[in-house]
Amino acid sequence: MSEHHEVVIVGSGPAGLTAAVYTARANLEPVIVEGLAAGGQLMLTTEVENYPGFIEGIMGPELMNRFREQAMRFGTRFITADADAVDLSARPFAIRVSDLELTADAVIISTGATARLIGLENEARLLGHGVSTCATCDGFFFRDHHIAVVGGGDSALEEAIFLTKFASKVTVIHRRHELRASKIMQDRALANAKIEFRWNSEVIDAIGDTKLAGIRLRDTVTGAESDLEVTGMFVAIGHDPTTALFHGQLDLDADGYIITAPDSTQTSVAGVFACGDVQDRTYRQAITAAGSGCMAAIEAERYLEANQPVAVHS
Amino acid sequence: MAQNILTLSDATFDESVNASDTPVVVDFWAEWCGPCKMIAPALEEIASEQAGRLTIAKLNVDDNPDTARRFDVMSIPTLLVFQGGEPVKRLVGAKGKGQLLQDLSEFIG
Repeated sequence: MSEHHEVVIVGSGPAGLTAAVYTARANLEPVIVEGLAAGGQLMLTTEVENYPGFIEGIMGPELMNRFREQAMRFGTRFITADADAVDLSARPFAIRVSDLELTADAVIISTGATARLIGLENEARLLGHGVSTCATCDGFFFRDHHIAVVGGGDSALEEAIFLTKFASKVTVIHRRHELRASKIMQDRALANAKIEFRWNSEVIDAIGDTKLAGIRLRDTVTGAESDLEVTGMFVAIGHDPTTALFHGQLDLDADGYIITAPDSTQTSVAGVFACGDVQDRTYRQAITAAGSGCMAAIEAERYLEANQPVAVHS
Repeated sequence: MAQNILTLSDATFDESVNASDTPVVVDFWAEWCGPCKMIAPALEEIASEQAGRLTIAKLNVDDNPDTARRFDVMSIPTLLVFQGGEPVKRLVGAKGKGQLLQDLSEFIG
């Protein structure tokens, strides 16, 4: 089955949904391939305290529902599946979603980023069996357990604080002797009686047969190794851009981020725009993602005005 | 909600799963789990398309923590396939309908 649209948006976090609101209001009748991880990383968070306009804060999933309903109000069509392949070498562009072939005159990419793992063989094997990248999803299963959180940034401390609702104790494992996280998160974590810190420590193995029983740590200063008995390990060491679909089709930097023109969302292919975390290695906030989603929509609209489509499918 | 989907609880789990003539796919889920909601429509479709060959069942882990603990469910959505009352396959994480059908193909025949 094949259908043609002026604009197809791939990815549905704050960037993609803002692009949908703007292109829908411009009567471009956008289609958004929202994916199985619809809503993006905010769906896995709790309270968002720094999104302007929400004085008392708002839950991440609730904020994304509001974005989605706003996009829907102006006629955005949603496809709830992952894009399987894209072809950006021909015009119109093609996006395949299982047996549906979408063609588009302009494409907006907002596929975001995916939680990074440490990269240990046993970590991958025990994912879903004690190893997790999502405290809000899996914390529930660790009531009265001792849990490790790996990382020293805001998201690691947010996860650690959230997990104290369930866990008997949360040990934050950090490679350095000071945290990268913002002052406000540090103060909250340091004041929490259930949280303790293991400084200058890195995880070198995950131990456990069918489920996690402990982790092996190495002191980054002395090199000494030790084991820590935990039933849960939550990994919060950052994210990687979700760009596997675009390798060889768009210019990416060495870390896989889509390269966009300065002060623009224009990618290396005319008519293809990228916004949000997939092209942002600096800010990575909901508000900056939304801002760049707006830029992508306006740039796509101008591109479509200036370029008559070369082929129109029925 | 699809009438083809069986709702299980801690109290009814063993009886329902053991009594089934077909393999039972148990979806461990919760209200607060976004990815669980994403796969629900695909499971409903599979339940009606495969009726008579495969039973799709749901177990709410908030209301039924004992069963979740008994089968070491530590992440949701988890799908556990039972045959003759025994767990024979475990799928963790959200997947699309195509991938689910592929992962369950050995039970659909």
